[in-house]
Amino acid sequence: MGPDGSGRLPAAFLTPGSASFSEFLAGHAAHLLPAHRALPAGQVPEVPRATTIVALSFADGVLMAGDRRATMGNLIAHREIEKVFPADEYSCVGIAGSAGIAVELVRLFQVELEHYEKIEGALLSLDGKANRLATMIRSNLGLAMQGLAVVPIFAGYDLDQTAGRIFSYDVTGGRYEEHDHHGVGSGSLFARGSLKKRWRPGMERVEAVRVAVEALSDAAEDDSATGGPDSGRRIYPVLATVTAEGYSRVPDEEIQTAVTVIGEATR
Amino acid sequence: MTLPFYVSPEQLMKDRADYARKNIARGRLVVVLAYEGGIAFVAENPSRALHKISEIYDRVAFAAVGKYNEFENLRVAGVRYADLRGYSYDRSDVTARGLANAYAQTLGAVFTQESKPLEVEIVVAEVGPTPDTDQIYRLTFDGSVADEQGFVAMGGQAEQVTAGLQERWQPEMTLSAALSLAVELLGRDPGGGPPRQLGTAQLEVAILDRLRPRRAFRRLAGPLLERLLTPDDPTTDVPHTDDPRPGHHDVLTNGTPAPGDQSPAPDGPEDPEGPAAG
Repeated sequence: MGPDGSGRLPAAFLTPGSASFSEFLAGHAAHLLPAHRALPAGQVPEVPRATTIVALSFADGVLMAGDRRATMGNLIAHREIEKVFPADEYSCVGIAGSAGIAVELVRLFQVELEHYEKIEGALLSLDGKANRLATMIRSNLGLAMQGLAVVPIFAGYDLDQTAGRIFSYDVTGGRYEEHDHHGVGSGSLFARGSLKKRWRPGMERVEAVRVAVEALSDAAEDDSATGGPDSGRRIYPVLATVTAEGYSRVPDEEIQTAVTVIGEATR
Repeated sequence: MTLPFYVSPEQLMKDRADYARKNIARGRLVVVLAYEGGIAFVAENPSRALHKISEIYDRVAFAAVGKYNEFENLRVAGVRYADLRGYSYDRSDVTARGLANAYAQTLGAVFTQESKPLEVEIVVAEVGPTPDTDQIYRLTFDGSVADEQGFVAMGGQAEQVTAGLQERWQPEMTLSAALSLAVELLGRDPGGGPPRQLGTAQLEVAILDRLRPRRAFRRLAGPLLERLLTPDDPTTDVPHTDDPRPGHHDVLTNGTPAPGDQSPAPDGPEDPEGPAAG
């Protein structure tokens, strides 16, 4: 394991200081960081891309929803990919863009938060988490310029302000706090239009679930890269809430109920 | 010309071992023992911030005695080792055995190559799906590893506590019985004087709870620990859900997570909403 072949933990493990896992990786095993990999010359082949994610605030906290489709050019690469992940107990992250790199970044972000928690014995503040994610996106700029951009949306429950908060990003790592609701990905134009009309302050959870599902359905109607709820195959969007009680995934039955209600209203 | 003073290798190693042993024996004890629902860690440690017992990974925990800065450094190295392994392979591929080996090589290399051995003794424990798959490894300053069955005591006067554990520890003990035994043995006076009563404020207690999904490590404190250590209290195990208060859930303080029993939330925000609608 060690450079001297003795099996002794390498010096990087025993160096005091950083509580950041990605900083540790950059010093010790940089090849594991997506940003530290050099791309070979030439055209990047077509890769699966993740599409629409929306996030909105409601009475208890925030809700995030993502459709289940990944596309590769005009093809559907995957029809049940998951794009909304818990980042830790009090936050979640949704991803749009190059799916492979996005999923890797989310895994790294999850380890980063847990690593800090274990080393420091405390939770990072919500702003701290949002900034950490910005740093990771920024370090991916080289890949983004080759066409492998990742654009996440980050939402969490701020334990100090006792409120849900939503953050959006651009490929250069710019971090912007969004109020009330936001969406990213190819269908976000339509989803945001829908949210603008349907969202209202202080919604209950049931209503928030319905508004999020409706926004994704609207996006799926007009954007071929966004998948709508598929009751036949029982493939529903991934919905998660983050409240004072922590992260929790919305069960499929609740989403099916919302889909039925929306279907009846548009009949 | 003067010849350099010759020291035989035996003498050199013996001096180093004596030095480390003497300094470790000055510290207070840590007891690690298996119970029916997992592995319990008990240390006499009045500090709330400088821990002797810590989480390494989902099912793996760490306990140490000796010099704080040295074992803290090893703890951080262990968290880095585990997180790196879990990130590059899978969470289920992080094992106590792998970590114990890495620690053993490190302690052994420092003992033979550097001017001063590390003055620490470490336990790495992993809770398995059944009691017979639990693993407890004890590592000493010279890098030797022992695969312990059921219990370990380390620190000053560990022999007496080990003898007490050999006599009275049983597999499948309840958590309250295991903790009471450990606390009683920690409070014994090695000189034969009257035993000390250790209160919850002087103790650092943690468990690896077999029934928890994913991260099994929780510290125990407050009223819950008090109840577990009271002999005639009906509480024998911990709740397998976290305290209802929002915040960092690394400590369990509530025995019965019933509504209205949220006493230990000194500055937690009020949360009158209750369970979410729907």
